[in-house]
Amino acid sequence: MSETNAAPQEWPLWEVFVRPKAGLDHKHCGSLHAPDATMALQMAREVYTRRQEGCSIWVVPSAAITANDPGDKDMYFDPMEDKVYRHPTFYKLPDEVDHM
Amino acid sequence: MTSKQLASAASITLRLSPQLRYVLRLADTCLIHAQRLGEWCGHGPVLEEDIALTNLSLDLLGQARALLTHAGQIDGQGHDEDSLAFLREERDYLNLTLVEQPMRRGSAHSPGGDFADTIVCNLLLSVWLRLHWAQLVDSCDIELAAIAAKSLKEARYHVEHAAQWAVRLGDGTEESARRMHAALQRAWPYVPEMFADDEADARAAELGQGPRRSALRQAWRAEVGAVLAEAMLTMPADAAWLSTGSQGVHSEHMGFILSELQHLQRAYPGGRW
Repeated sequence: MSETNAAPQEWPLWEVFVRPKAGLDHKHCGSLHAPDATMALQMAREVYTRRQEGCSIWVVPSAAITANDPGDKDMYFDPMEDKVYRHPTFYKLPDEVDHM
Repeated sequence: MTSKQLASAASITLRLSPQLRYVLRLADTCLIHAQRLGEWCGHGPVLEEDIALTNLSLDLLGQARALLTHAGQIDGQGHDEDSLAFLREERDYLNLTLVEQPMRRGSAHSPGGDFADTIVCNLLLSVWLRLHWAQLVDSCDIELAAIAAKSLKEARYHVEHAAQWAVRLGDGTEESARRMHAALQRAWPYVPEMFADDEADARAAELGQGPRRSALRQAWRAEVGAVLAEAMLTMPADAAWLSTGSQGVHSEHMGFILSELQHLQRAYPGGRW
């Protein structure tokens, strides 16, 4: 057994991003196993857009994603906790500015 | 007879005009292929493919429903899609013999039943159906034209799905290539029927209802041939033998398929979800 969890012959894992409608962002919606990029796209269509969830799909090899170590969460994110001045909440917005 | 019709499990008989036969051939081919694909539900080689195969099945079932409803209207005796799907005798189904062949469960007496059989059958059939839909959008029968317009999009994806798998399996490992080759040999005897005209074809072409099946042969061979070439597979030679499912005379598998398909409606007439 290798050190990674994946068995050596298992299909690689892909992350799936679906854009719900034109103008919106692609949103991560899950992952799947597929032998290659084209099949990953095809399978993503079957698994994640069966109920008209999207109009565009991206697939990315999971191995291509670099993520921070969850163990470093304190070091990474906690220092921002007391910097409320970075939130623009002290400004008084004019009435004409909507949707903020 | 009272005006309120009681649900019955008795078989119905249609008035088989050439025009009706033409629609039923397409409807029953979609219906029986959907039933065969449905056998994969819960048994797919991987989860994603399990969902894919049942999605294909549901597309085909939707096409069959629309076509059977339309066939019931052409027949004019007030039979709905369910009556046509569940209450006909075997000889009144006019599907291609190809779609009756095992795609998942084979046995000593019926070889096949491999994932490769599913991919081969899907490829041969989805190209055949797509070529039909592409021409039927111009049918003089506006209902049929509308069904074709919707089905064309679905069939385009079905071709894509089958072709992608055919290339990966045919040009994959030694074993996957061997299985694809064997599946092609099993399917090919049923190919001539896909392009053998009968009186329904002659009448359809004359009326502008739809293309003769023989008119689709050249385009079909070019397209299937291109996929097989990419998959490093050889197109088998056509046999002289002609299967007769679309004339109502079926292979030994049909009775088993219908007993499963019809059981609930025969046992519980008019039963609904």
